[in-house]
Amino acid sequence: MEFAAHVSWEALLQQVLVGLSRTTILFIVASGLSLVLGVLRIPNVFHGSLYMIGAFLAYSVAVFIGGPAGFAVALLAAPLGVALISLIVERGLFCRLYEREHLMLLLFTFAFMLVFSDLVKLVWGSDYRSLSLPPMLQGSFTILNLPFPRYNLFLLLVGPVVAFGLWFLTNKTKIGKIARAASVDREMVGAVGINVSWVFAAVFIIGCFLAGLGGALVAPTQNITQGMDHAIIIQAFLIVIIGGLGNIWGALLGALIFGLTDAIGILILPQFAIVFPYAAVVIVLIFRPTGLLKATW
Amino acid sequence: MSKGVFSPKTWLLLAAAVACMAVAPQFLSRFYTYLISLVLVTGLLAMSLNLVLGYGGLYQFHHAVFYGVGAYTFALMRVKTGLPSIWAYLAAPVAALLLSLLIGWICVRLSKLYFGMLQISLGSLVWAIVYRWYSFTGGDDGIHGVPIPEALSSIDNAYYFTSAVTLVCLFVMYLIVNSPFGRVFQATRDNPERSEAIGVNVKRQQLVGLMVAGFFAGVAGSLFVTIEGSVFPDMMFWTLSLEILIMCLLGGWFSFFGPMLGAAIVVVLRTVMGIHTEYWTLILGVMLMLLIFFLPEGVLGYFTARWGSRRRAAMEDL
Repeated sequence: MEFAAHVSWEALLQQVLVGLSRTTILFIVASGLSLVLGVLRIPNVFHGSLYMIGAFLAYSVAVFIGGPAGFAVALLAAPLGVALISLIVERGLFCRLYEREHLMLLLFTFAFMLVFSDLVKLVWGSDYRSLSLPPMLQGSFTILNLPFPRYNLFLLLVGPVVAFGLWFLTNKTKIGKIARAASVDREMVGAVGINVSWVFAAVFIIGCFLAGLGGALVAPTQNITQGMDHAIIIQAFLIVIIGGLGNIWGALLGALIFGLTDAIGILILPQFAIVFPYAAVVIVLIFRPTGLLKATW
Repeated sequence: MSKGVFSPKTWLLLAAAVACMAVAPQFLSRFYTYLISLVLVTGLLAMSLNLVLGYGGLYQFHHAVFYGVGAYTFALMRVKTGLPSIWAYLAAPVAALLLSLLIGWICVRLSKLYFGMLQISLGSLVWAIVYRWYSFTGGDDGIHGVPIPEALSSIDNAYYFTSAVTLVCLFVMYLIVNSPFGRVFQATRDNPERSEAIGVNVKRQQLVGLMVAGFFAGVAGSLFVTIEGSVFPDMMFWTLSLEILIMCLLGGWFSFFGPMLGAAIVVVLRTVMGIHTEYWTLILGVMLMLLIFFLPEGVLGYFTARWGSRRRAAMEDL
């Protein structure tokens, strides 16, 4: 076990920036989960599988098209593909189960996780893939004499855009307002003549789109591999929990806590870096058992 | 409870089952003896979860962590100390019990999904530590070649030991479920407010229930090491916890023996399917979906509902 004896400010700043880029991915994935949880009341375990599928799809599309344009198309096509899958799943099966107990819904989505993990193995095989960045996003900027990868900066721009978009969607648009109303009183919204079933479907698809987007964005930064789903889903769930169930800003706060403790943990105790975020979550939950911000249920 | 624990007919059935299990290794190959041992251990684990899930209504989402801690305690005692094996067998459930006291104490303040999620995060913390603490737990490699007591090193003897311990545990669990404590525990599941109103300390009742379940999960952990000889961090990963939940649901979480049946189905399916195809989780997933759609009470729950309306009534009384 090696303690980092002297942590320099430069190293700390660099880790914070890296942590913030990781936060972006976590936020995008967790906010989709939070949306589905808040409106549909589904603890969607296969959200992580969709993230994995998003990454694999992005890889396939980028390789198929090739060149710098390939990556740009992949960033759009992969989440759309994931959204299509979720549309089929929701209309085919989930819309019949909304009245069931949470435990059943949780296990049902877990069943999907099992199925998806084998389907990914069937389609893409067991090898890991890696996706290289287009030249425009390669290399790094120098910030305060520190090298900082361009792609990480790109992620830092995408995060706020998604956050703002979600806020706009849920607070300013008609569908967002209907969805929020439906999450509180489904029957009443149905009684005034709105097709709640399709509103729920739309929310579910948007949530899943975000999972796919997270997967596509993460694809160039790490190996695309089986098992990505296990790691991300537990993190996303914890983020949603510490933020407050169904609260989008809570998801942002939770992602920040998760991303930053992980990045800073590497400086303090490299070997136990993965322990830090879990410890942070436990500490938050001991003091605020229902999350930091107001939960929607 | 005035007419004894079981009726004469049940005693007869039980004696027949024990006799079958006693002679089984004489007729079966080593592989099947091993498979039955594994089913028993996993079944004990699933039934211990059902103590709190089915009888207590608590969303124990990370039960595997108690199983894993039991197994690791046993393995570490065997590897790092020269103490006789009996101490390792005693330490495993005690460690699991202490951990469930700690985790339960933090979690019982919450209910349902919040309870489950807080437990998953606490359990994942334990998993993350075990996963990375190379110098102590072996990290992601786990510990292999744990020295098993001489008397239990053959698979037949390990089988007899496993079945004996499992039977004793099941008997004790049955007594607990039907004890005054068990009845009150079920009352806290069905109506916590009213239980509180008649003077039951619901949170304390739940905490004790969690500790009992943790204890038996720890026993299952030590039995697993006995037949397998190794431990690894996947034993306390959250996916295993959900798999145990599936076992309870599959067999029937409102019946006492349901989880054992569910465990048998999952373990046998995994082993048999694993030989023919690498896509066995696909099959498990599809089965689970069908189950949720068509048999929400589980396999055993379904059959008890169909076969005996009297037993059904008795089950609802529980």
